[in-house]
Amino acid sequence: MTQATEAPARTRAQISERTLRKDPWWQAPRLVAALLTIWVLYATVRVFTGHWYYVPKYHYLTPFYSPCVSGECVPGSSALGHWWPAVPPIIPYAVVSLVFVLGFRLTCYYYRRAYYRAFWRAPAACAVREPHAKYTGETRFPLIGQNLHRYFFYMALVIAVLLTYDAAQAFRGPDGNFGFGIGSLILLANVILLWGYTLSCHSCRHITGGRLKHFSKHPVRYWIWTKVSALNARHMQFAWITLGTLMLADLYVMLVASGALSDPRFFN
Amino acid sequence: MGYKAALKIWRGDAGAGQLADYDVEVNEGEVVLDVLHRLQATQATDLAIRWNCKAGKCGSCSMEINGRPRLACMTRMSVFSPEETLTITPMRTFPVIRDLVTDVSFNYAKAREIPSFTPPPEVKPGEFRMRQEDVNRSQEFRKCIECFLCQNTCHVIRDHAENEGAFAGPRFLMRVAELEMHPADIADRREIAQDDFGLGYCNITKCCTEVCPEHIKITDNALIPMKERVVGRKYDPLVWLGSRITRRGAKDTPAVPGGR
Repeated sequence: MTQATEAPARTRAQISERTLRKDPWWQAPRLVAALLTIWVLYATVRVFTGHWYYVPKYHYLTPFYSPCVSGECVPGSSALGHWWPAVPPIIPYAVVSLVFVLGFRLTCYYYRRAYYRAFWRAPAACAVREPHAKYTGETRFPLIGQNLHRYFFYMALVIAVLLTYDAAQAFRGPDGNFGFGIGSLILLANVILLWGYTLSCHSCRHITGGRLKHFSKHPVRYWIWTKVSALNARHMQFAWITLGTLMLADLYVMLVASGALSDPRFFN
Repeated sequence: MGYKAALKIWRGDAGAGQLADYDVEVNEGEVVLDVLHRLQATQATDLAIRWNCKAGKCGSCSMEINGRPRLACMTRMSVFSPEETLTITPMRTFPVIRDLVTDVSFNYAKAREIPSFTPPPEVKPGEFRMRQEDVNRSQEFRKCIECFLCQNTCHVIRDHAENEGAFAGPRFLMRVAELEMHPADIADRREIAQDDFGLGYCNITKCCTEVCPEHIKITDNALIPMKERVVGRKYDPLVWLGSRITRRGAKDTPAVPGGR
């Protein structure tokens, strides 16, 4: 009687190299890490500066200080009034919006991909071994909190309305009547692109129609979903462009407010 | 105009093996699979390769070419310079049977765990009618040829074999999404998508989308919408409150028993 022999246990191919990719896969994560770091450093310095955030003459308010709700905000910059008399220097004047803006971007499905790749290197690039011994993804605290993205989206909508009001104010001249300059156009372009980023959000796509099973029973929501889906395909581009326009808008307001630059006016 | 291409091919079985060097003739218009077949016919007659249609539709010839998960039959030799050495290895995530052939049965085991299409019991075969806009989303996912390149490249199991039990992989999370979006399906797989199939492990780094030879937008159209549906089922207090008030509480469908 012959004895049956078991087939040897199969194992993965033992390949010691981290990756066999020959293309410059490290370039994209390095570039993303550099750009995000520059932006965060700039934004951090600016929100704590406490100066040069409002141009009273032309009603330009930088998005980093909107809504300016501290008692220390300069006259005219507080569209929603002063919510408290003064705050310690470690709290930005627009803390009520910055928390949600930061949360919206941190939990954004695109930015998650960007910083998981660029900073956490999980993975730095496709088919490149990640350096971590263990991986639990977004199943545990704190990363399970990424599931709050839709709440940050709701707040981002409110903030977008507020920034739209600020952009409208920027179309008032020194006498209070209609007038505009380069700064007005920069703030307007910034807010339009911010609406693009906000409405192209994956949570927005889900809420407007993605959650439905029967599109044919909800033609209006289906129509909205198709439009949001078209925007959603450009979400990454909106994410990067709005980082740039936010920085540009703030820089421009800072330069005009500090007197380093005079705002060229087209009308009034 | 032909030339001799330098190839390094992983040869071995049961995990033990090494890269072997070959010089193989390449002719204009050829793909990597053609060159492997020539190598098999002329120099390495015992080289194991899995292939079938040579048209990018059967998903058999998945392998890693210069470190990138690809179909050998859809990778033109013209994308490489004649001086370049091609390194060809089996898919790293699956156990090797021999040379470039891997055992992908992990994927079939995962497929069996997913509760199948569940139409309303009162609807008889042939009665259900669907409009095109209702099935567009699912139809994109039906383009999948099951080459398992997405499963192979996903770092959740590629770099962490210990997650194989908890994570079904992008191909099968996409299958769950397909059924969840199907207008004639009444099962609710949101709970098991998170708890049994490991959707929470996905950190949406989009490698599955990058390697898909059918250009299915797996991350944007399947995984993220599925994550949002799971949020509605498990993490959104407003949705939970709404379902309590309207008494439309979800009835979760369990994973197929005995699947694991």
